[in-house]
Amino acid sequence: MQRRPTGLRGVVALGAAAMLVAVACGTGTPSGGNKVTVIGTWGGAEQEAFLAMVKPWEEKTGNVVQYTGTRDINAVLTTGVASGILPDLAGLPGPGQMFEWGKSGALKPLDDVLDIETYKAETSPAFVDLGTVDGKIVGVFIKSALKGLIWYNPGDYTGGAPASWDDVMSTSTGGAEALWCVGIESGAASGWPGTDWIEDFVLRQSGPDVYDAWVAGTHAWASPEIKSAFEGFGEVLDASYGGADTVVSTNFGDGANPLFTDPPGCVFHHQASFITSFFKDQGGAADGDFDFFPMPDINPAYAGAFTGAGDLFGMFNDKPAARDLLKYLVTAEAQQIWVSIGGALSGNTKVTDYPDDVSKRSAEILGSAKIFRFDGGDLMPTALQSAFFGAIVEFAQDQSKLDEILAGLDEASTAARGG
Amino acid sequence: MTALPRAAGDARRPIWSRLGLHVALLVIMAIWLIPTLALFVNSFRPAADVSASGWWTALAPPWDFTLANYEHVLARQGLGEAFINSLFITIPATVISVMVAAIAAYAFAWMDFPFRNVLFVIVVGLLVVPLQSTLIPVLRLLASTGIAGSYLAVWLAHTGYGLPFAVYLLRNYMGGLPKEVFESAAIDGANPMVAFFRLALPMSVPVLASLAIFQFLFIWNDLLVSLIYIGATQSQNLPMTVVVANLVSSLGGETHFLTAAAFLTMALPLVVFLALQRYFVRGITGGAVKG
Amino acid sequence: MDQRLIQAAIVVIGVPGVLIGYVVLAERLLGLFEERRRARIRPWIWIAPAVLFLVVFLVYPTFNTIVLSFQDKAGQAFVGLANYEYFFSNSDTLVSLRNTVLWVVLMTLGVVGLGLVIAILVDRVRYESIAKSVIFVPLAISFVAASIIWTFMYQFRAPGSTQTGTLNAVLGLVGLGPEAFIQTAPFNNVFLIIVGIWMWTGFAMVILSAGLKGISTELLEAARVDGANELQVFRGIIFPLLLPTIFVVGTTIVITALKSFDVIYTMTSGNFDTSVIAFQMYKEMFTAGHLGRASAVAIVLLVTIIPFMAHNIRRFREQEAIR
Repeated sequence: MQRRPTGLRGVVALGAAAMLVAVACGTGTPSGGNKVTVIGTWGGAEQEAFLAMVKPWEEKTGNVVQYTGTRDINAVLTTGVASGILPDLAGLPGPGQMFEWGKSGALKPLDDVLDIETYKAETSPAFVDLGTVDGKIVGVFIKSALKGLIWYNPGDYTGGAPASWDDVMSTSTGGAEALWCVGIESGAASGWPGTDWIEDFVLRQSGPDVYDAWVAGTHAWASPEIKSAFEGFGEVLDASYGGADTVVSTNFGDGANPLFTDPPGCVFHHQASFITSFFKDQGGAADGDFDFFPMPDINPAYAGAFTGAGDLFGMFNDKPAARDLLKYLVTAEAQQIWVSIGGALSGNTKVTDYPDDVSKRSAEILGSAKIFRFDGGDLMPTALQSAFFGAIVEFAQDQSKLDEILAGLDEASTAARGG
Repeated sequence: MTALPRAAGDARRPIWSRLGLHVALLVIMAIWLIPTLALFVNSFRPAADVSASGWWTALAPPWDFTLANYEHVLARQGLGEAFINSLFITIPATVISVMVAAIAAYAFAWMDFPFRNVLFVIVVGLLVVPLQSTLIPVLRLLASTGIAGSYLAVWLAHTGYGLPFAVYLLRNYMGGLPKEVFESAAIDGANPMVAFFRLALPMSVPVLASLAIFQFLFIWNDLLVSLIYIGATQSQNLPMTVVVANLVSSLGGETHFLTAAAFLTMALPLVVFLALQRYFVRGITGGAVKG
Repeated sequence: MDQRLIQAAIVVIGVPGVLIGYVVLAERLLGLFEERRRARIRPWIWIAPAVLFLVVFLVYPTFNTIVLSFQDKAGQAFVGLANYEYFFSNSDTLVSLRNTVLWVVLMTLGVVGLGLVIAILVDRVRYESIAKSVIFVPLAISFVAASIIWTFMYQFRAPGSTQTGTLNAVLGLVGLGPEAFIQTAPFNNVFLIIVGIWMWTGFAMVILSAGLKGISTELLEAARVDGANELQVFRGIIFPLLLPTIFVVGTTIVITALKSFDVIYTMTSGNFDTSVIAFQMYKEMFTAGHLGRASAVAIVLLVTIIPFMAHNIRRFREQEAIR
């Protein structure tokens, strides 16, 4: 450190202090048009798709969309809601979170933002309802997915869609090592593919009323219906490629890879409609190497039941540009963009142009399902969903602990709902 | 890189113990390097290969390497801007931390005042405070003063969070400096300020260099603090770590891009580390005082 | 962008300038007081900037946390010790406590031990910088990348299929079956801790190396000339002189181990009985949204280090006495 000559020091200190203040004012906003800040969990290809979706709006209005993607969205939004620093629009982590923030008023009602009549006419009722809190719409779906599809390799499995679940389970493995491939690893959310299985079983075995009560917390986990769903999943696990160790350590994106090996590791893989890009990128499959049939009914009383999910959007700051953007995002025109890119379905019934056969069929099923239910885990309070994920992992490793696991989930449910 | 002064005794040591030294070091280096090497090799392979076979198989023909992962990362929109942002966040914050800590550390080490040790221990104890528990209260405070979302907020935050370790490290080192040096300076009539600038700081160069390396590194690789203090409302100011984390979709499938990105982002901290190595020179304190 | 680069340069020059100016100004002000008073006031002025930062960013939130730890989920109502009771009775958190102890013990011993050994070894070779860089790389590489690296190292594929994980491939070479390292409790904790050691040894090495350089060559030379072998030089001179630094590194690593979060978060997410205290806190705060419990966990962490800190005070007093 050099010593500066006496008089200069004070000047330097003052000058530097002044500049510090100037610098502290940060960078200015881009000129021309307004800025709408958006936060979401989407990254990678999803981010590109979203940006492509908003581009026509940006060009038309001259506004700029500033998107930040992060997987720490829970931390950012929780802190943001407490400190008041929030982006204009946000991709919400799930309906559970949306419900909390809608109730507290952090999320603004959209009833006079959207063209309500058109919205309700164009969007399937299930999705409209799911975005409603206390009679006001606070969340809209940007894209959706269909769950409960059984994927197979048409090169290996040539039988048609089995008529019943028993038929599925008794399909011969042929040249494959096992009947099923399951992969439930997924970083912080490990276990979620298993929760999809359980939800599909509950819906098909015990029907929509039990499903709804279970999700709402009024039907216990430690009940015969839920137990039988877990047991159904347990049978699948017993017939899985590689056994329990493989199931818990295989990333969900790699879960179906054995479908495409020669000889194949398995015959069937249960996953949602968005899994196709993983088949191609990580499994090395090409279009035509995979096809699906929807998971069959189990109890004929509840025929035609399907589960699905979607990405919710909400508004934190009521600004004109933000309102306009949200209004645009629910139109068929906007939703068509992402759908055409692939990997997404839309809850908007006016969207009809699907890029390939697989998505076209999925969209048809989604639109025409007799009984449709949203992914149960996403509807539960976050803490309970997290416990559900962990429970699947535990169950996969040791099925004999089922009763303990279910009791633990009941406790978690009470705790999560403020008990 | 300056050559290190060699202790005269080295030449007299038997060959086999030199050999043992080298072997031991090479084994350690190999163990440390292999995991990183694995990732490095995998970053040049297509995703399907990475899922199908181990990285070592790529080292034998057929060679199926690809630059696609790196291209994808470099072509990423906003990466260059984010790189500048990272620099803009890291360098000032490092400078502020080191200086504020140095001044305080010297006071704790060489000035006598009541509760000195207790205060110091509290400072160090604050190392344990979990970051997440500070976010909401501090952010509320900053929001009310209006600087939240600016770079200044992030610099101050990083400095605040890094100070316990910085003060701990510097105070320990400065406290170990030879007392005689300061005593003779005091006899010569120099006040503590002069002793600090003329003696303590120059003698502390190795530890200042260490601290600078670590502060730079931790801030450079940080994601959460920058994300929360700058916030999604000023996303044009977000550092590279956020952009990199965004290379993968929310489902987390495409880790192959992250592997390429990891090596790209690692380059700068390594350069800083190598550059500051020359301050780790023996003999700076050794020369100042006899024995 | 040009404007920002200039601003950054200004800050880099301006901040030291401001702080130097602060110290100088303080000295000027102190000149107004008599000699004796100066030495009493000066320390407080010097530690003031640091203390201010710490109060705002760490002390104030901690008081906030203490208060919250006695309150309910939303931070509104007083619930006494309920959150603490929950923490010490819930089976998940008890497992996390056990794991945290494992982390503290194993990681500290590993990091400090290895760091010391490596610092001493590299001091004697010409390729010191290269060797240090190799050990340092894991720290430079960011936690996310480190977890990807070790996910690859530990990767498990079904027995009989090709192994993609390095360790399982090595096991296969010697005829042993593949192991699901991360998924098999309780030793999975050790494998996670190895990741922590791999990452942090470079840290210990850098600091110990800096401390090592501070030991005068004349001292070492004199001992060697007197016929001492390397082990005696180490035990008699290097170790005692380095002890304060070892202590600093040790304390820092203990606290780092106590707070370990990233490795567990990214590799197992607390499953397979690998959770630790910091992860429990994260779960309570951001997943369950239970401010009260999250705060209680944070306070437990704080209380745990009090014995270390007390020991620290004792050491400083001893150090002063010798000086």
